[in-house]
Amino acid sequence: MDSRLLHELRRVFGTEGVLHEPEDLLLYEYDGSVEVAGPDCVVFPRNTEDVVAIVKLANRYKTPLVGRGAGTGLSGGALARQGGIVAVFSRMNRILEVDPENQRATVQPGVVNQDLSVAAEHTGLYFAPDPSSQKACTIGGNVSENSGGPHTLAYGVTTQHVLGMTVVLPTAEVVRLGGSAVDRPGYDLTGLFVGSEGTLALVTEITVKLTRLPEAVKTLLAVYDTVDDATETVVEITRRGITPAACEMFDSWTIRAVEEYVHAGYPVGAAAVLLIDVDGLREEVEIAAADVAEVCRLHHASEVRVARDAAERDLLWKGRKNAFGAVGRISPTYYAMDGVIPRTKLPATLRRLAQIGEKYGFEIGNIFHAGDGNLHPLIPFNGRDRDEFRRAIAAGTEIIRCCIDMGGSITGEHGVGMEKDHLMPFLFSAADLALMTRVHDAFNPDGRLNPGKIFPSSKACGEIYARPASAVAVTSPKPA
Amino acid sequence: MSIASITASSRLASIVGPAHVVSDSPELGAYEIGGQRPSSAVRPGSAEEAGEIIRFAAAERLCVVPTGACSKLAMGMPPRQYDLALDLTRLDRVAAYDPGDLTLAVEPGIRLQNLAGVLAEHKQWLPLAVPYWDRSTAGGTIASGVDSPLRQMYGTARDYVLGLEFVTGDGIAAKSGGRVVKNVTGYDLHKLMIGALGTLGVITKINFRTFPVPISIRSFAANFDTAERALELRHGIARSPLTPMALEILSPGTAQLFSGDAAAKIVREALPRHLLSSAHWTVIAEFSGKDQVLDRCEREFGQLAEQCRCTGVSALSGDTLVGAAGRKREFVPIVLASSPAATIVKMSVLPTRMKELLAIAAKAAATNAIPWSAMARGSGVIYFALVPGEAGEEARRRVIQATDQIVPECASLGGNATIPWSPAEWKGALKVWGPEVAGLEQMRKLKNIFDPSGVLSPGRFIGGL
Repeated sequence: MDSRLLHELRRVFGTEGVLHEPEDLLLYEYDGSVEVAGPDCVVFPRNTEDVVAIVKLANRYKTPLVGRGAGTGLSGGALARQGGIVAVFSRMNRILEVDPENQRATVQPGVVNQDLSVAAEHTGLYFAPDPSSQKACTIGGNVSENSGGPHTLAYGVTTQHVLGMTVVLPTAEVVRLGGSAVDRPGYDLTGLFVGSEGTLALVTEITVKLTRLPEAVKTLLAVYDTVDDATETVVEITRRGITPAACEMFDSWTIRAVEEYVHAGYPVGAAAVLLIDVDGLREEVEIAAADVAEVCRLHHASEVRVARDAAERDLLWKGRKNAFGAVGRISPTYYAMDGVIPRTKLPATLRRLAQIGEKYGFEIGNIFHAGDGNLHPLIPFNGRDRDEFRRAIAAGTEIIRCCIDMGGSITGEHGVGMEKDHLMPFLFSAADLALMTRVHDAFNPDGRLNPGKIFPSSKACGEIYARPASAVAVTSPKPA
Repeated sequence: MSIASITASSRLASIVGPAHVVSDSPELGAYEIGGQRPSSAVRPGSAEEAGEIIRFAAAERLCVVPTGACSKLAMGMPPRQYDLALDLTRLDRVAAYDPGDLTLAVEPGIRLQNLAGVLAEHKQWLPLAVPYWDRSTAGGTIASGVDSPLRQMYGTARDYVLGLEFVTGDGIAAKSGGRVVKNVTGYDLHKLMIGALGTLGVITKINFRTFPVPISIRSFAANFDTAERALELRHGIARSPLTPMALEILSPGTAQLFSGDAAAKIVREALPRHLLSSAHWTVIAEFSGKDQVLDRCEREFGQLAEQCRCTGVSALSGDTLVGAAGRKREFVPIVLASSPAATIVKMSVLPTRMKELLAIAAKAAATNAIPWSAMARGSGVIYFALVPGEAGEEARRRVIQATDQIVPECASLGGNATIPWSPAEWKGALKVWGPEVAGLEQMRKLKNIFDPSGVLSPGRFIGGL
């Protein structure tokens, strides 16, 4: 990179605020996905003015600029696909305000998702979006990717909890979008910018809604001898209009991986389990738990266990939230997919996934948000085996095609990033993509901010995966 | 009829068939906005026809306003130029409904009432209890962005519109979002269309998430001597584990408004006698669930109301529940029917600021000797209605003066204020879109992308967009 740019960055951020040695940059070549792309330097802004300074320098030196939170993303959204500067928001991690009376909080983007809930807990409130990586991932990252999580089934994804943001546009202008009150007049810019995967602006302040902690929660674990019975249960729960707070499914492969790791009492040997939370008023929870248990039994659950206390509930959820890590113990490299299907198509889709696994020679694991049809097939592969890697990617593409054929979508919560940009034309017409591109270009005309994301590049399919085999082999299990 | 408009009509007739073009007829009165009448109204039978009309309009520089039931055309500013009403009521089909998945795709012209019938067969509904409900179309509801008492539990359209198909101002069909309940693929362009008053595109299909109809609903009301105490109950409920479906705070002025002839014409079901009184503020909360849940809600609502020193609590059910819920839903049309000069300021503010804001607005109304009534929602939205008896010059002057006081004060409290409804001829002098908002330049960029030649509802939206 241009040594003058480095010099200027150091002048503004000090030597401790800029990384550029190859060994320092290694960490920033990865996120939680199988993608790899390294920056030329990393800077750590402390406030909005710092971000403005970075944007101005990136513009002056015509250098790509990518925002990054904790790097737990699963689609390469925070990787510097074309090199350049990565702005890491870990030092902008202050909770600026918690306003319990109005159920609002204002935070800097580097605040860790769970830290906000912990900070608000004494007021009886929490931040509802709960990605499985919530102990590490940042709210800025959640906003960029419009992250979900198990409990978004009942409480909605990130965009439903964001009211306003301060953003730095690629022109270095600072704009306040939305506000703390609802119904800001004008076009819903907040709605557009949330989930734009860091391609329209860098976010420096976020105002979110906080949600009241439920009075009561019950966690049920339903055990099945067949995957079909488990998926049919989910279809029936949805059909009956029961909305659990969360409804997660694990298959036998992931049950084993999780149980060996957390020892939460998951039934090793079962074909599938459903982990279901119901919450609300005590009376509502009693009724909903009974209704859910009835549906589970109707669909031949061999056992429906209700967590006895908070400790057992937490342990079961620990298993779910650390599942990707648990899988990493078995297979250090795996491809964590993200697709969505209509819930009525769950049984057929899971059968199809097993066939795809067979075709490509993988035992595909499934642990996912069954209640909203958000699949996370896990394809374990040997990262040192180049052919196996290619087959894993091919299997992944076929899985996503299957989701589209079922009337679904190519990503429910991980984002398109650099993982699925080439799949966008399967879902969107040339006209749809042209319009989105015009929106992108209006805000980010030089494509300097987070280049190579979301939009299909002109590169040949497969090119993006051509990387040194060793690069994938060092991927370590991360919370996801 | 000018030669130009004759040519336009024949071209439009060639797209949709002569039976679906209205020109130079009293029928056009239905499409009037602020006294402006289009030269033609055209009813496309498909999204493709809608696209072709827009392409023709863009080429001829004819300005188009998409319409449904025309019940909310009065919102915002009148268009700068108005040549064509694009009447979407022929696009009224359910395109896809998967009750098992709780997802639905409809064309924009379907009436909410008809849609409710389709959904009810599967014990589902859309929580769109919007004004003019019995004639509103799905498309008009989304494009106008009106909210509903049910937002307390279900949020607004933004929270359950999963995707949209639309035609842009250059006549290109595009879409965003999808049909599944969770989806982060691509930019959420559909969020921009919600409440954009047809300035960015013509909505041709709407994908909704549907919801199960509540098992049972009960509604409770509590009366208070002051707004402060009524709002204390709102805060008490927010701090409690109770989760009402709807939560409104009604000012004393609504007693007369809701018991009047105008209200009775709009909502057939009667309002229970003594529910509202012109001496009290009233909090009405609706709850859903099974009996044991509702029993608890009733008990705790009563206790919380007592703690806030209420003067009385009552329970509503059956017709009286519908009568009260219907009036809250139809607050806007009831106000507008009660006076030719009725002007409604929509404000939103942090809930703890509602007390101050209501006091400011009430003072501005009183200083200018204008009768008023207000309906506030638990979410911090306040509909503040100024209701002068007649629409003369004096009333105009007073209303302008009062709103000129209210709008900036609301902004200084960190809130938003717009004036969606007023006599059309006053709009030019009123702060219809409130004070200037941040991000207007970004909004202008978007308008230029979606509607480069400026043919879609020009000037109706904020900042003259």
